[in-house]
Amino acid sequence: MTKIGLEIHCQLTKLESKLFCPCKANYRDNEPNSNICPICMGLPGTLPRLNQKAIEKATLIAMALNCSTPEKIAFFRKNYFYPDLPKNFQITQLNIYGDTSIGGIGEITIGEKKIRITRIQLEEDPGRLIYEGSSSKNQITLVDYNRAGTPLVEIVTEPDFENPKQVRDFLKVLSDLLENLDVSDPSLEGAMRADANVSILGGNKVEIKNINSFHDLEKAVHFEITRQESLHSRNIPIVQETRHWDDQRKITISSRSKEGDLDYRYFLEGDIPWIKIGIDVQEKLKSTMPESIVSKKERYVKNYGIPEQVAEVLSSDKYYSDLFDESHNQTNAKEISNIITTDLMGLADTREKREQSKLNSSHLSDLADAILSGKLTRNSAKNALYEIIKSGKELSTIISELDLGNVSDKNKLEEIIKQVMLEEPQAVEESKSNPQTINFLVGKVMQKTRGKADPQLTLELLKKNLD
Amino acid sequence: MNLKISALEFIEEVKTGNISVEDFISATIDQIKNIDEKLHAFLHVNPESVEQAKKIDKKIKLGEKVGSCFGMPISIKDNICIKNSKTTCASKMLENFTAPYDATVISKLKEQDAIFVGKVNLDEFAMGLTTEFSAFGPSRNPWNTDYVPGGSSGGSAVSVSAFECVASLGSDTGGSVRNPASFCSTVGYKPTYGLISRYGLISYANSIEQIGPITRTVKDTAFLLNIISGLDPNDNTTIDSGNADFLTDIDSGIEGKKIGVIQEMIGDGIDPAVLSATNDAVSKLEGLGAICEPVSIDMVKYSVASYYTITATEAGSNLARFDNLRYGYDLPLEGYEFNSYISKARTKFGPEVIRRMILGGFVPSAGHAGKYFLKSLKVKSKLTKEVNDAFTKFDYLVAPTVPVLPFKIGEKIDDPIALFLVDINTVIANLTGIPSISVPFSISNGLPIGIQLLAKQNDDKKLLQAARALETTVQLPEVPI
Repeated sequence: MTKIGLEIHCQLTKLESKLFCPCKANYRDNEPNSNICPICMGLPGTLPRLNQKAIEKATLIAMALNCSTPEKIAFFRKNYFYPDLPKNFQITQLNIYGDTSIGGIGEITIGEKKIRITRIQLEEDPGRLIYEGSSSKNQITLVDYNRAGTPLVEIVTEPDFENPKQVRDFLKVLSDLLENLDVSDPSLEGAMRADANVSILGGNKVEIKNINSFHDLEKAVHFEITRQESLHSRNIPIVQETRHWDDQRKITISSRSKEGDLDYRYFLEGDIPWIKIGIDVQEKLKSTMPESIVSKKERYVKNYGIPEQVAEVLSSDKYYSDLFDESHNQTNAKEISNIITTDLMGLADTREKREQSKLNSSHLSDLADAILSGKLTRNSAKNALYEIIKSGKELSTIISELDLGNVSDKNKLEEIIKQVMLEEPQAVEESKSNPQTINFLVGKVMQKTRGKADPQLTLELLKKNLD
Repeated sequence: MNLKISALEFIEEVKTGNISVEDFISATIDQIKNIDEKLHAFLHVNPESVEQAKKIDKKIKLGEKVGSCFGMPISIKDNICIKNSKTTCASKMLENFTAPYDATVISKLKEQDAIFVGKVNLDEFAMGLTTEFSAFGPSRNPWNTDYVPGGSSGGSAVSVSAFECVASLGSDTGGSVRNPASFCSTVGYKPTYGLISRYGLISYANSIEQIGPITRTVKDTAFLLNIISGLDPNDNTTIDSGNADFLTDIDSGIEGKKIGVIQEMIGDGIDPAVLSATNDAVSKLEGLGAICEPVSIDMVKYSVASYYTITATEAGSNLARFDNLRYGYDLPLEGYEFNSYISKARTKFGPEVIRRMILGGFVPSAGHAGKYFLKSLKVKSKLTKEVNDAFTKFDYLVAPTVPVLPFKIGEKIDDPIALFLVDINTVIANLTGIPSISVPFSISNGLPIGIQLLAKQNDDKKLLQAARALETTVQLPEVPI
């Protein structure tokens, strides 16, 4: 039986500042060592200055994963020397001296599968090491402390996963959940990292470290299971060890470091007094918690008759569900859900596209209303959507600028139909024996009007003219 | 120029125009020049002191607003950061470290127009109680320069005692303010944990240490506390003292107050002269109307062991950042990987620091924590309970600050256990977070003896009233310098 447990590190990228100082939590796109201050550089005499918002966000995560949330939490020091660690200890949490971590035991159900959460802890991210030089002989290590002190939440699971697919499903649900809580943007590089432990057939546990994206996590787990199975089939013992994920070669490599043997000499961080998160505070936090993905989905199906599958897609992506919730009313809800899940998804599928997009919620409701009132065909609506995303102009402006309005003028349409019938005498003839040919003629009319002809009206008029 | 005045007297003299700040500061700098070669209180003298004094004189002359220190010369223990000034912790490791920011206490004093005449000596990283462990050589006791001045804030106590400044800031982890205050016959104060921000104090054992004033009078200490205490967003452990004014009502006296005499601190190992001074102090307190009774605090016997275990653990962690990677001294990287480089760089630590780092690596380690570190935490919490119980019966506790008289330089430096035991009376205030003050009380064979008063947490104001009352009963000879 295969057992997989995860340790997931998630940066709270939606916070303004680092966990213990006023530097920016968003360290990306900065010159190396420019997003630093005496505190996150661990200069002599500085003390951690706790970011209360981080406590709140991390508590939300614990609540969303149905974890117990203690009324008092504490921070501990994890002592070890490493160049990316300015103080040579990391301020983190643990539960060996009582439940003092921000989240205790919990569980989450993915489909039919229950995954137990061991604990959730809040801690500081170290800096980043950058290796340069072609061979180990001339290799140099550069340190960038911009990231040092970024708030990080570690989610530890029990070894409840049995295969890589369950891992993937869990990660999908987890990243949607984190995004929905507005605590983190999982699409940012390095925002989500993980360690995994894998064992097969009740054998020795192998830990895989250094997995820098969710995407690779599934691959790493898959690789490791295959590796262990292959050893087992050849009667080679599986050693208990720590392996590193090589994200270039996509394999795990035995790490010679003695990380397992390190004694971290954990003890209470005296510079941060115990933090009370009383029931009242927890209740207040709960009330500010965004609606869960599950509840959104149910609402979409129940209130608007949106099909299950569409509701699933819509609710699990915060970007789409926010747009939907801001734009819809009872009448246009279903149409908006269609626009989002059929057209918008292709046009705003990456983080960059979403950031550049000029689309807002009123654009969406305008589009849906135009379709429902017959002003725009679905086809033209798609063209308009493309333009809106690019320019952010009002729908009405785009309709007139691009001449997208429906051709629903009977006389004008009749004129076009007559012209098509003249140009396609063979099809006209054939349509008398084969009614399917009429669709070909509708297509020709659409071509002439660049998709703007009202399809219902076109069909009616064609039939009339053919008779 | 008479330098032998208190901080409050200095302010009066400047306010009334009897003296100029410039003259006083110049005379102070001259005093340092003349005497410090012998005493070695200072590691660094501020070359801009006189210029700063001139500016304050000008402000006074022009009738501009002047801060409440009026240019008072203050010395600062060299483990407290002053922006753009060297902060060495008396260690070769930080010999070239220039702090890029001000400690909170420094910002507050700057706002009140204090003048920092210089940075003063300490045992390396405040680990010691004689100042002999300074990497830059020991300080000497002004009462007899063959003797240690106490420590670790030895430079602070020497500079105040020898009129090289009006007041000083030290730090007290296990007695490091009170011990040298006692040995040099000055007032030394360890406030309630959290009363004064530690931001900018280079940590040794952060969960128990505090910055504290060393002054000539109890009132001067109250005056400084008014400036430097209070909540600080940069130190999450600071407490709200509700803007207490420590100076008002300081002469309230102690009539009817109950004082417990800690039996464990006047028993075995106490110097007869110290015992006799303590008995004398108890009589004087009774003479002031207090009711003194013996009190036993059983955990005192384990307090030093607990103290050294906890401080070593925290020191091992707090001093880990000195790896020479981000700041430090010149040591080329070639030929090392980071572990060997860090090990090599850290050989600049002195012997006492290394001793405590080794201890700090051991006592909280897996397999040993239960026997040492965790047990020490138990002692700490039991001691705290006993002390709190005592304060349900007593307003104050009293004991000698140090059980022995100052000893000769070199006398105990090779006997760590003997040295550790000198701390026995002072560590309980740190382990329990309560305020404690050492008041100069008598002189025996030309060597000072201080009496320690303790009060319960947050009773700092009340403690200063008792210390002030005791101080009024004392007449001491002048320091023979």
